[in-house]
Amino acid sequence: MNQTLFDKIWQLHFVGQRDDGLELMYIDRHLIHEVTSPQAFEGLRLANRMPWRKQSILATVDHSIPTRNRHNGVEGIDDSIAREQVITLDKNCREHEIEYFDMHDERQGIVHVVGPEQGATLPGMTIVCGDSHTSTHGAFGALAHGIGTSEVEHVLATQCLVQSRSKNMRVEFRGTLPRGVSAKDMILALIRQIGTAGATGHVIEYCGESVANLSVEGRMTICNMSIEAGARAGLMGIDNTLMNYLEGRPFSPVGKQWNDAVDVWLSLNSDVGATYDKEIVVEINDLAPQVSWGTNPEMVVSIDETVPDPASMSYEKAETAQRALQYMGLEPGVAMKDLELDKIFIGSCTNARIEDIRSVAAIVEGRRVASNLQAAYVVPGSGLVKQQAEAEGLDEIVKAAGFEWRDPGCSMCLAMNDDRLYPEERCASTSNRNFEGRQGHLGRTHLVSPATAAASAIQGRLADVREYL
Amino acid sequence: MTSKHLKFIQHSGKVVPFDRANVDTDQIIPKQFLKSIKRTGFGENLFDAWRFLDEGYIGKTDRQENPKFVLNYPQYHDASILLARRNFGCGSSREHAVWALLQYGFRCVIAPSFADIFYNNSLNNGLLPVTLSETQVDTLFRLTYENKTLTIEIDLETQQITGEKLDTIGFTIDPNRRLRLLEGLDEIALTLKHASEIQEFEKQHRQRMHWLFSSR
Repeated sequence: MNQTLFDKIWQLHFVGQRDDGLELMYIDRHLIHEVTSPQAFEGLRLANRMPWRKQSILATVDHSIPTRNRHNGVEGIDDSIAREQVITLDKNCREHEIEYFDMHDERQGIVHVVGPEQGATLPGMTIVCGDSHTSTHGAFGALAHGIGTSEVEHVLATQCLVQSRSKNMRVEFRGTLPRGVSAKDMILALIRQIGTAGATGHVIEYCGESVANLSVEGRMTICNMSIEAGARAGLMGIDNTLMNYLEGRPFSPVGKQWNDAVDVWLSLNSDVGATYDKEIVVEINDLAPQVSWGTNPEMVVSIDETVPDPASMSYEKAETAQRALQYMGLEPGVAMKDLELDKIFIGSCTNARIEDIRSVAAIVEGRRVASNLQAAYVVPGSGLVKQQAEAEGLDEIVKAAGFEWRDPGCSMCLAMNDDRLYPEERCASTSNRNFEGRQGHLGRTHLVSPATAAASAIQGRLADVREYL
Repeated sequence: MTSKHLKFIQHSGKVVPFDRANVDTDQIIPKQFLKSIKRTGFGENLFDAWRFLDEGYIGKTDRQENPKFVLNYPQYHDASILLARRNFGCGSSREHAVWALLQYGFRCVIAPSFADIFYNNSLNNGLLPVTLSETQVDTLFRLTYENKTLTIEIDLETQQITGEKLDTIGFTIDPNRRLRLLEGLDEIALTLKHASEIQEFEKQHRQRMHWLFSSR
């Protein structure tokens, strides 16, 4: 029988059925961070349990740490509750001898940037993390699920995840990506098309030449937002681009092991004629840069469109849209490009890698951010991304343009630290969620690509990056 | 008290009509409350940005309730069943959302569909997610509005929802998950009963994909 990539990884990791009939999937890599792990370790302690295979775990700190004044490390975190959370992760990792990139480590960063960058994310793996954007790692042909804290504890204790088998969904991006349009625009276009619950219960496999032509970083951007379409995971095929990316990374296998691994990896790609439960095509030949207008990631239009009119929608959608417009302070019919901004955020596990920062620098070089902006941030995804950007002089370019150049972390993607929007501030953000209050109480988020965010910073309003090509 | 491994057999309670689709976990429990390293204390900040007019933070007292928010209507103060629209619990994987709902006093959420991670998190904590058809959910909304309040009984054993004003509604749930909720079993203990199988699997896996074990 012809199998999909998902079918093959599932089969390779299927341990068996429990007495109660539920199925166990073996987990190869467990990524942890400070927010969703403390209660799991506490649970282990209370039950006198130990981690099953601590070599499978990689930890870093990202969500609640500040992105400036980091020289004092943990002690320098002003927020005492956040500080305790970081100290707790420090302690848990020390106690269980877990490999941990702490605040002082140059490899520290957003967990979904760090894993791939280290080669800790490999094809054919099963990966979990107590974070919904774990789907990012699917770009490597790895089956990666975001899980809750009880499941984090379960995986720590048993190395298995209780999982019912997902359905297969195939998404083909058909056509050639126009200039100025990026992976971020592709995934926003998909979510706009199928909705935030469009892939519930499914693992999405992204296919098509346009996907194969993307860099590994672009692929991560797409897989990252699979969860925003409701998917359990996103996946992409295993190819030479991926091998070239992985070879020589610190955690990647070497020598004979590398050769053995490559043989197995290449056998995992979906068979010709494999069947999917659902198939979607997204036409991208004429795709324009995408921008969200509302309060969930399916509320998206092209940059040259206007704010949609709820009157033209179905009853249920209209009500939600009306509420979203009110929250966002928008009127139907206004051109997206007329929306003035207060802040720019370039960062997050979606778009804080070196190529993202390069694309921003290319646009802002020799220009200045508009004077109406309160702030514009570039927050690199990891210490190594930051180093690389500095080696290329990108930090000088964005700083000269008026951006703040911060230390790595999740930052204003979810505003757990002090990087945030204030009430009614409007922001062009390269992050992944435009939910109410996500970037700060009553803040207004427009999700865009890094290039669009850069162009918008220059104009002080949502801008069409194609004008800069 | 820990909210873990709660049993669910049957529950009788008042329904609050939460007439919104795509309620995300950022709304259920906003990020500023995720800094806690405990499993408890989240109930008072459930739906914080909607329930209160002022911006909340951990430990803030003297809050200004938003009288227009449905949970604050006097008739729903003691509701324990949340009736919502499709794709409930989408977004972030934060289990804190489920803890917040339970600790506020909810035992059950009824909706036409749930986001996958939220659904699993609910089952792992004894918050019963009941999936009904759009039409059945519409009926429950209508009855709640018509009667000002609606009290129903949800029986996981018989998989039925009953109530004075209502024709009995059957619901389905994965039979294995149902059993575990009925018995309130410890998920990890159940899996560890298969420890030798996991070890055996691991041995074979180590042969098939040895680089996963010998590299770092």
